[in-house]
Amino acid sequence: MSISPVVAVEKIGAPVLGFTERWGASVIFLYHAICAIFRPPFRFYLFLVQMLQIGTHSTLVVALIGLFTGAVMAVQGEYTLSKFGATAFTGSAVALSLIRELGPVLTALMVVGRAGSAITAEIGIMRITEQIDALRSMAVDPIKYLMAPRILAGIVAMPLLCCIFIVVGIFGGYVVGVGLLGLSAGTFVSQMVTAVDTFDVVSGVVKAVVFGFIFGWVSCYKGFTCGYGAMGVNRATTGSVVTSSVAVLVVDYFLTSILTRVFLQ
Amino acid sequence: MISVEGVHKSFGRQIVLDGVSLQVQPHEILAVVGPSGVGKSVLLKLIMGILQPDRGCITIKGESICEACSEGRRNKIRACCGVLFQSAALFDSLTVFDNIAFPLREEKHLPRDEVNQRVLDMLEALSLKKYAFRYPEQLSMGIRKRVGMARALVREPEIFLFDEPNTGLDPMDGQEVYELINDCRKKWKFAGLVISHEIPEVFQVSDRVAMLWNGKVVEEGPPAQLIKSTNPIVQQFLKGKTDGPIRIQ
Repeated sequence: MSISPVVAVEKIGAPVLGFTERWGASVIFLYHAICAIFRPPFRFYLFLVQMLQIGTHSTLVVALIGLFTGAVMAVQGEYTLSKFGATAFTGSAVALSLIRELGPVLTALMVVGRAGSAITAEIGIMRITEQIDALRSMAVDPIKYLMAPRILAGIVAMPLLCCIFIVVGIFGGYVVGVGLLGLSAGTFVSQMVTAVDTFDVVSGVVKAVVFGFIFGWVSCYKGFTCGYGAMGVNRATTGSVVTSSVAVLVVDYFLTSILTRVFLQ
Repeated sequence: MISVEGVHKSFGRQIVLDGVSLQVQPHEILAVVGPSGVGKSVLLKLIMGILQPDRGCITIKGESICEACSEGRRNKIRACCGVLFQSAALFDSLTVFDNIAFPLREEKHLPRDEVNQRVLDMLEALSLKKYAFRYPEQLSMGIRKRVGMARALVREPEIFLFDEPNTGLDPMDGQEVYELINDCRKKWKFAGLVISHEIPEVFQVSDRVAMLWNGKVVEEGPPAQLIKSTNPIVQQFLKGKTDGPIRIQ
């Protein structure tokens, strides 16, 4: 059975156009949200509420994950390095991997799972229950009122949570490495201090800021464009978590490459 | 107050509105009726500037909301409008008091004392005082609609848009909402547009009625004229018959 060229072009063109349209709409949304952040009136209390929701309420889970990630890193590091007779470097291995990679990425994934899904569901439900239309009817810009504080809070909260993750993770690594595996406390700390430099910390913080930005953008956009009914919210929430998580991991690779080149030159 | 001129609106290949023209005069209430899915709520969203028409023009107090190039401009045009949404659209995270205070704080930026006073007056006027510190989830749908009206009225609108005001209400609550609309109209003297399919209940609040079917206004006039209409579409809709030119889609 042959397909006419017009049908073939239509079949290829429709998803391409759909994809381009969705991307365009999300970038326009982001542009409006960024403009809204800098346009008065500034509602500082809305930013603080979002800092509480995204930041404070995620602290415990981020710290817990950080503690056990650091502990696992110490066990794995000690095991791997023992093959080369280099267990003295366990401290630096734990610290470097947490600061440069695991801290920003795992924090972002945790926050996306906890707060990102909540933001998408909240905004999505506001959309399907006409609360966003109600804001418009009262001449209140929903992008400024709902999205801008969330995106800004994501950008600010993510590096702070990442720092907590790293500090608690190093503590976990220290407890396991020194307390359980019998490594020398002095060596653990001194090797860590020697190995970690400013670039590592800056690199981790830059990554966390970018991940916070991606988290805010995706979760707000998915909620704002949520379909109708329970299925619409379901799809938006799932889409938000999957898109943010994939975006974090993809962007992480490119950021690592760029930052390494920039700082090492 | 509101002028809708030759408005067309489609979603994909589905034509929803096909050259609709309507006028709402000062202090007049126009009811737009028609079967479900005929595009009544779409018309309301077009008037509010939430949707854009494909063709045609909508003006509010002489200013075209379709040609407003920015959200800020549209906000200025719709500042004179209050809306009661189908589900009342109250903010879940706010109490009744804060819901009513919301437009005064966020839109008009009034000082706290004035906001409090105006909200208390509104709670008193609409007999909502005992619900002031409850959340929307703790209220019946009838009370939510009342709060929705209070939130719109506190902005002192010149035009009030009602989207299916008695949807989800029992007959007594539905009647109460219509009585409330009449009472508020006498007190605040707004012009209004009521979207409804509740016949003949909606006639008690409307000066004129327009019936929408197949994307067009098929009949328009005072309620008495609509009742006497010989148009088979109008007669079928008014009598609620399943047999006739209106087919359930």
